[in-house]
Amino acid sequence: MENNVLLEIKDLVVEFHTDDSIVHAVNNVNITIHESQTLGLVGETGAGKTTIARTILGILPRPQGKVRQGEIIFEGENILAMNESRLRRLRGNKIAMIFQDPMTALNPIERVGDQIAEAISLHNKVTNAEAALRAMDMLEMVGIPRERFGEFPHQFSGGMKQRVVIAMALACRPRLLLADEPTTALDVTIQAQVLEMMRDLKNKLNTSVLLITHDLGVVASICDSVAVIYAGEIVEYGTVFHVYDNPGHPYTRGLFGSLPELDTDKTRLKPIKGLMPDPTNLPEGCKFCDRCDYAFDRCFKDSPPVVEIEPGHVVRCFLAGKEGE
Amino acid sequence: MPALLEVKDLKKYFKTSNGFLHAVDGVNFTLDEGKTLGVVGESGCGKSTLGRTILHLIDSTGGKIYFEGKDVTDPSRRQLSELRRKMQIIFQDPFSSINPRMSVSETIMEPLQLRGGLRKQEIVERTKELMATVGLAERFWRTYPHELDGGRRQRIGIARALALNPKFIVCDEPVSALDVSIQAQILNLMLDLQEQRGLTYMFVTHDLSVVKYISDDILVMYLGQVVEKAESDELFRMTLHPYSKALLSAIPEPNPHSQRKLISIKGEITSPINPKPGCRFMARCPYVADRCKEPQILEEVMPNHFVACCRCREINDI
Amino acid sequence: MEIKVRKKRTAFGETWHQFKKNRFAVAGLIVVGLVILVAIFAPFIAPYPYDKQDLLNSYAGPSAEHLLGTDKFGRDTFSRLIWGSRNSLIMGLGCVALGSIAGITIGSIAGYFGGKTDNIIMRIMDVFSCVPMLLMCVVIAAILGPSVRNAIIAIAISTTPSAARLIRANILTVREKEFVEAAKAIDAGSAHIILKHIIPNAIAPTIVSTTMNIGNSILSGATLSFIGLGAQPPLAEWGCMLSEGRNFMREHMELVLFPGICIMITVLAFNLFGDGLRDALDPRLKN
Repeated sequence: MENNVLLEIKDLVVEFHTDDSIVHAVNNVNITIHESQTLGLVGETGAGKTTIARTILGILPRPQGKVRQGEIIFEGENILAMNESRLRRLRGNKIAMIFQDPMTALNPIERVGDQIAEAISLHNKVTNAEAALRAMDMLEMVGIPRERFGEFPHQFSGGMKQRVVIAMALACRPRLLLADEPTTALDVTIQAQVLEMMRDLKNKLNTSVLLITHDLGVVASICDSVAVIYAGEIVEYGTVFHVYDNPGHPYTRGLFGSLPELDTDKTRLKPIKGLMPDPTNLPEGCKFCDRCDYAFDRCFKDSPPVVEIEPGHVVRCFLAGKEGE
Repeated sequence: MPALLEVKDLKKYFKTSNGFLHAVDGVNFTLDEGKTLGVVGESGCGKSTLGRTILHLIDSTGGKIYFEGKDVTDPSRRQLSELRRKMQIIFQDPFSSINPRMSVSETIMEPLQLRGGLRKQEIVERTKELMATVGLAERFWRTYPHELDGGRRQRIGIARALALNPKFIVCDEPVSALDVSIQAQILNLMLDLQEQRGLTYMFVTHDLSVVKYISDDILVMYLGQVVEKAESDELFRMTLHPYSKALLSAIPEPNPHSQRKLISIKGEITSPINPKPGCRFMARCPYVADRCKEPQILEEVMPNHFVACCRCREINDI
Repeated sequence: MEIKVRKKRTAFGETWHQFKKNRFAVAGLIVVGLVILVAIFAPFIAPYPYDKQDLLNSYAGPSAEHLLGTDKFGRDTFSRLIWGSRNSLIMGLGCVALGSIAGITIGSIAGYFGGKTDNIIMRIMDVFSCVPMLLMCVVIAAILGPSVRNAIIAIAISTTPSAARLIRANILTVREKEFVEAAKAIDAGSAHIILKHIIPNAIAPTIVSTTMNIGNSILSGATLSFIGLGAQPPLAEWGCMLSEGRNFMREHMELVLFPGICIMITVLAFNLFGDGLRDALDPRLKN
């Protein structure tokens, strides 16, 4: 990793307080994103992926969402210590986010071009004409003819809408793009088009991307590194080659075992037994202990350490690096 | 032995203000007992409508449906009642497919109660059995669906479908709303049930890797028509139709070393309303020629391998 | 990410849990409960019968004998207010019950079957909702004669269209849910599907609007009685009492003041209760 660190999340703990319980959404997460790196954050529903992205942007639901501890250092400054007006200048400008559902991210009664232009003029001192011109450039960049500037969202198909959303997010040339399941709502052939476009753009614009997804295939096709999150904890982190070739955590292995693959003939999948623990009542030791085939006494009592099993590839497990399983 | 299900030239058009939407347009297939037919395609290809039309949840516009050798295209009220005991459906969305006001046991019991002729005690016993079969603990008896996760809800849906001991089940994207680890649990459950009960599945999905795992035969659909039909292994070994190829190559592989080339297809699905007579994939196909403007016939290009593409042989050097 | 907090509460328990957080709503509920109790036990609470005249003692001011004084005929105002709660509540609840039942039935049929049935039913409802309520009441009173029962019918007819429209809209969304299709697949009949699957999932907004409507109906009932189309003398009814007292308002303000306060408090209580109920049910409506 010769590049500079762009974003560093240190010991982040986020909780949601409801009437009679506390949801432990994010527990001691450490993530580092370097400049022009694409990090995939993989996990299942309720693992805390989106909460991390929202915390970075400072848009946790209030008053339920609370940051218990930790720091988020972006370009050398702690985001969590910033006031609202500083945050607003950061949002959409240096850090942008794409949401899963393109249908709700666009204002249905405003022309798409105007929506992009608005994002530009909000953070830059430009005339309306300049903003419109740049908005057209952005549209072209994501593969939409500039002539469609004046159309309304309902005149676009799902894939096209997601392109507009991406154009809007990239309009201010953000340093960091948070993409929350950007292709999940799309059909496979359209997903392939959007992923290809994102790959091109990422190289062209040098933007760092935090890609949140549940799809290990999407991560493999677009990310440099991957962090696997389970019940609010990062259980494995490394480059895609390291993690995919040599998954170290039983959960990561379980995920791969659960996938039906095209190239191999599996007669039966090997699912992970059981369910994700209730986030209001997490197990004491390793969060995965109830579902783990290799669990032993200690897993139920103590939280496992983070072990580096090869350079830059860390696993949160007692058994990590100890061969013989 | 006749096939369990045979569908001939099945059509379903919906009337819209702009004309007829050809949701299912001339689909043919046969399905033997105990087998699984995978129906693959992207949203709007008519795969869900096909399943619902076969189950008579929607009336067909044309064509014939034969079940156990009998013509059931226009069933009488009594015939329909009987058919619905033998044909069932499992839905995609485990959140909207279960009545939130009914407890787990009430939902599973309902088909048994509606059938009549069973004593209360028998119904309770059968419900307990069904819950055990799909892996729902008895402590969920009085639980309401909003307290359960997607996987368990999907198990309720499966138990409800099994309650009347059907022979044939349409599975409409039953795992696509679930997380991978849960998806694998449900897929395995469905395979176990098939082995134990000799069930016949029509498995509708957009996910080619899932369909490969579970199906014996596969139909690839595009805009209401079957573009390719073959045995599962054969289809993945020799993908012949340009659309199937593109679909297959578009799946992101969970392998960072993957060398597979993406066959990018241009544009997006065209409108299914009043389609032109030619090949419906024409506008996006990299191999388009003049002949594609004529209607395409599903042709047996190789033994038991059907393709609806006039240029299939040249493209694939057969 | 959805935060799923699993609570082991029934639908009712959950609603109650949300409801009791709203103090105004609870206060509303308590007042509503009190008024209903007073109405039920009126014969035991009221010191005098509602029509007991004491002509020698008319327009008496408040005293130990007559807590709130007497009216033109020397009838005890306090007793009449207590008896009046019966008629006013019957008017309010009766109209709403009748109107909602009719509305739910009509709206459910229209919503579930759709198409032509829907079109015909809803156009008829449109016609009904065009007629102003007062006009409707005058017509009905003219045909059937003025009475509490006929006033209830008139108000019920005028509330039916909005109730029908509300439930129909909700049914249209619930109808598309897959569990309805699942019920068809297990060979359930239309009546079973409507009663067991659709209405229970579409009824919540109707419950709320019905509760909110009770206040309005009490007002409408009072209005009708006030103009002489509802409760007839010597029956005690708050609107009726207002009407009787209005001629002597300058000299004996208490004759209109007390029934007015009763109407206001009761209507307010029902509205607060309805508001709280809506807030309590709302989070459930969203999912």
